Amino acid sequence: MASEAPPISGVIAAVVGGVLVSILGGSNVTISGPGNGLVGVLLVAISTLGIESAYAAIICSGVLLLILGFLRLGKLADFFPSSAIQGMLAAIGLIILGKQFHIMLAHRIKREDTIDYLLEIPFTINDAIHYDNTGLLYAAAAGVISFIIMVFYSKIRNKYLQLIPAPMWIVILSIAFSYYFEIVAHENNPIALEYMISGIPEFSEIIEQLPIINFSKIGTIPFWTSVLALTLIASIESLLSIKAVDKLDPEKRRSNVNRDLKALGLATVGSGFLGGLNVVTVIARSSVNVNNGGTNRSSNFFHATFLVIFIVLFSSQLQRIPLPALMAILVYTGYKLASPENIIKIFKIGKEQLIIFFVTLIVTLKIGLISGIASGVLVTFIIHLLLNKSFELFGRNLMKPNVLMFQEDRNYYVSVKHFCSFLNFYKLKAKLDAVPETEDVIVDFSLCQFVDHTVMENLNNYQELFTKRGGHFEVLGLDLHDTDSEHPFALRRLLPVPNVIKNSLTRRQKTIEELAKDYHLNYVSKKERETHFLDGFLFFRTKKINYIYNQLSNENEAINTFDIEFSEGEFIAKEVIRSTMLHIKLDKNIPEFTLDREGFLEKVYAFAGFKDIPIANHTDFSKRFYLLGENTEAIQAFFTDEITHFFESNPYYHVESNGHDLLVFGRERLASIKEIKALYDFGKRLQQVVS
Amino acid sequence: MTKKPFKTIGIGVAFSPNLKANLYEAARLALFFDCKLVLIHVGKESEDKIKTLKIILNHFKKDNLNYEVLFKSGNPVEIILNASEEKNIDLLIIGAAKQEKFFTYYIGSIARKITRRAKCSLLLLINPSLERVPCQHIVVNGLMDPKTEQTIATAFYVGAKLKAEKITIVEEVKQNEIHVKIDDDKSLRKTQIVKERLSNRERSRIKHIIEDIPEEYTKDIAIKSQPIFGTQGYSIGHYAQIARADLLVMNPPTKMTFWDRVFPHDIEHILNELPTDVLIIQ
Repeated sequence: MASEAPPISGVIAAVVGGVLVSILGGSNVTISGPGNGLVGVLLVAISTLGIESAYAAIICSGVLLLILGFLRLGKLADFFPSSAIQGMLAAIGLIILGKQFHIMLAHRIKREDTIDYLLEIPFTINDAIHYDNTGLLYAAAAGVISFIIMVFYSKIRNKYLQLIPAPMWIVILSIAFSYYFEIVAHENNPIALEYMISGIPEFSEIIEQLPIINFSKIGTIPFWTSVLALTLIASIESLLSIKAVDKLDPEKRRSNVNRDLKALGLATVGSGFLGGLNVVTVIARSSVNVNNGGTNRSSNFFHATFLVIFIVLFSSQLQRIPLPALMAILVYTGYKLASPENIIKIFKIGKEQLIIFFVTLIVTLKIGLISGIASGVLVTFIIHLLLNKSFELFGRNLMKPNVLMFQEDRNYYVSVKHFCSFLNFYKLKAKLDAVPETEDVIVDFSLCQFVDHTVMENLNNYQELFTKRGGHFEVLGLDLHDTDSEHPFALRRLLPVPNVIKNSLTRRQKTIEELAKDYHLNYVSKKERETHFLDGFLFFRTKKINYIYNQLSNENEAINTFDIEFSEGEFIAKEVIRSTMLHIKLDKNIPEFTLDREGFLEKVYAFAGFKDIPIANHTDFSKRFYLLGENTEAIQAFFTDEITHFFESNPYYHVESNGHDLLVFGRERLASIKEIKALYDFGKRLQQVVS
Repeated sequence: MTKKPFKTIGIGVAFSPNLKANLYEAARLALFFDCKLVLIHVGKESEDKIKTLKIILNHFKKDNLNYEVLFKSGNPVEIILNASEEKNIDLLIIGAAKQEKFFTYYIGSIARKITRRAKCSLLLLINPSLERVPCQHIVVNGLMDPKTEQTIATAFYVGAKLKAEKITIVEEVKQNEIHVKIDDDKSLRKTQIVKERLSNRERSRIKHIIEDIPEEYTKDIAIKSQPIFGTQGYSIGHYAQIARADLLVMNPPTKMTFWDRVFPHDIEHILNELPTDVLIIQ
């Protein structure tokens, strides 16, 4: 009824959706029904097409959803930049707010443009204060009180109050109010009759009177824009909700999104024929379901069943609810979607996101939803072009399969090249989806010049999901990218000349910072060009150290891990490598040596000509490790049983001594937090064993 | 596999700033493989030019480098291709240019045309240098293709000659071989199993290929097998870049139509952004 459709149609949607989706769907704990986001679109659809054609549009959008499900286009929602989606949702919020605010204050008006409704709000408030008609005054008061309940409900923490959700309170209070006048005061309800809910049919009437569905406008453009808008919003709302609810699932299952889309499409078709609205997955009821212990699809089915019973028993009671009270619920929903808090949040991520947001918002309000989201996508792309000052980066690399994933020991290693934005995020997503959430994943962006906000936000979602399910998800290689804001989701681009002063810490740097606090270490993220302590190591004899950064050291600075950037060769042959290493200062002198895994001696090419030094009585050690050094006897004496056992029983690292210090590292790439911890621990124990 | 895949090495010579580095690389390779070196210059013969080349190659005189210089004017592509057929060149060296700003390389239009039409093996060099940069890690493709066996064998030959320490054989498994689509936990588990099975199949296939290679080429080298699920040609380049390989050895391009250039695949991907030195075996 919010959308000028008969109130019962929402119930029909919930019932049909609940039954069909619970039987056919692919998700586990979601509840389906009519969604908030759809109100705005339906409002527009019904006012342009009329209710009968709107049903036809609903049926068509159901068919489209079904097709989307069969074409496995569940990933469609990934193609929209998140700021544009935010802008679109805010516009929908404003549409709802604009239209219903007037009814909430018992002031029905009709305007052409959605923006006019918004501009009219001050006049309506003015009018409402000066009502002479007590019926209208009471109606407006009911609206305002309901609105106040909506606003303050979440602020009051009382467990009895919170047992019943706010909209239910409004319903209960208004019914009680009406009974008070009927039974106690023996008067007519003071609220004007035209502002009461009407037209809730008896259960028997619903079955008898199937609505007339009018397909005559099927050839017109407004019809199909409505269909597209309905499909778009229905699929986005459902997909986002499914994604959010999956995170809550206590049994950690993955929803089959495409199957759910098919079920929702079918349910929408059915609901449309019965005179109901679009069926989508609704987040609010779904999360209540999970919170109350729902674990399988039967809850969706019973939700529908109870709704039917409720309507059969209480449909006449619903006529006692004043319309402005219900509108207050919607106004509040609209306000939530378009709240200034959202705008501030977006502003914190970056100024450019705000531009995207407002362009989408204004175009959606002015022209329509489809043009709104399209303009959002376009503006985002233009901003990305301007930020990178290069069309080439996108033009040349858009079609390239820029994501590589392979299994490296037990980790899944994902490397992303060129750029990663909403345009090609689906490629990264496809790879990430192929990893069970209980595994360890490392995503490396060091070959990637540009990463946008949509990707950062989605990666954060993955991170949460993996953490919840016992896996590990890490993002590497963004430390050298530049950002405009300190927000962790801010877009990042790689600068040809890295900034000396960093604007903000990356998530990895923040985690290292936390790690430092945990282990009582000192953390310095700044780039340090003074690296003479590394010069003595043979490994760096042929390499040039640019700088070290992200240093972690203990109090006396004896053990120090750091990220390092060094280059090999000069001019055209130059190659820049970033890696994580560990440096241990020893208080005594030890022989110079290099210890490496057998077969990996390429790292010490400068050594060529030396022989592997055998350690007596440790054939296994000699077989597995390559030990090199000039002073064979001293080294053999140094590798006592204790030290040899230590190396035998610990993970492989490249270990090098320059006489008084030790250098330890694993792979020639940046280490993940987990790997840093392991490296640090190895260093600490090594120091104990050696000294 | 023939005992000696390369007998004559050819290189196109342009008198550019890179000349010296290019010649040094070519001469070193000729010595490593014990080959004759043919320098092809597109342009007029002149005293100066011969003298310049002589001075540069003098460095290798003590190693008895056997070389000859060819001067011809005309269309560079035709001349280099004809000359390589005439002189029985079986390895042609082509220099690549570095792309501005970032770490990608590409090859010029002439070199690209030669790559597409050449009948001999090709070596695309991204960073020729005067000093020898040791070739430590070779990545070679292990596609399911009749030519792969020869390619891997040659990679081992090259690896042994250049004293590389490690060869990684990358088997790119096409995405459509995994016929399960990931929707939920069940299909994910199924996919994992299919992937595991494919990886094992690939590994045993590669093992058989390696077994057929003479031991003298395989004994001193670490061999790793890495199955990758991704787009053919592209993912191996990406992998070579991450693994910091020094040489990527590839099968020859199969067929080249107009559409292959519009929708690049296999070798075309590699040509678009050279990850490292690339050796294409014919």
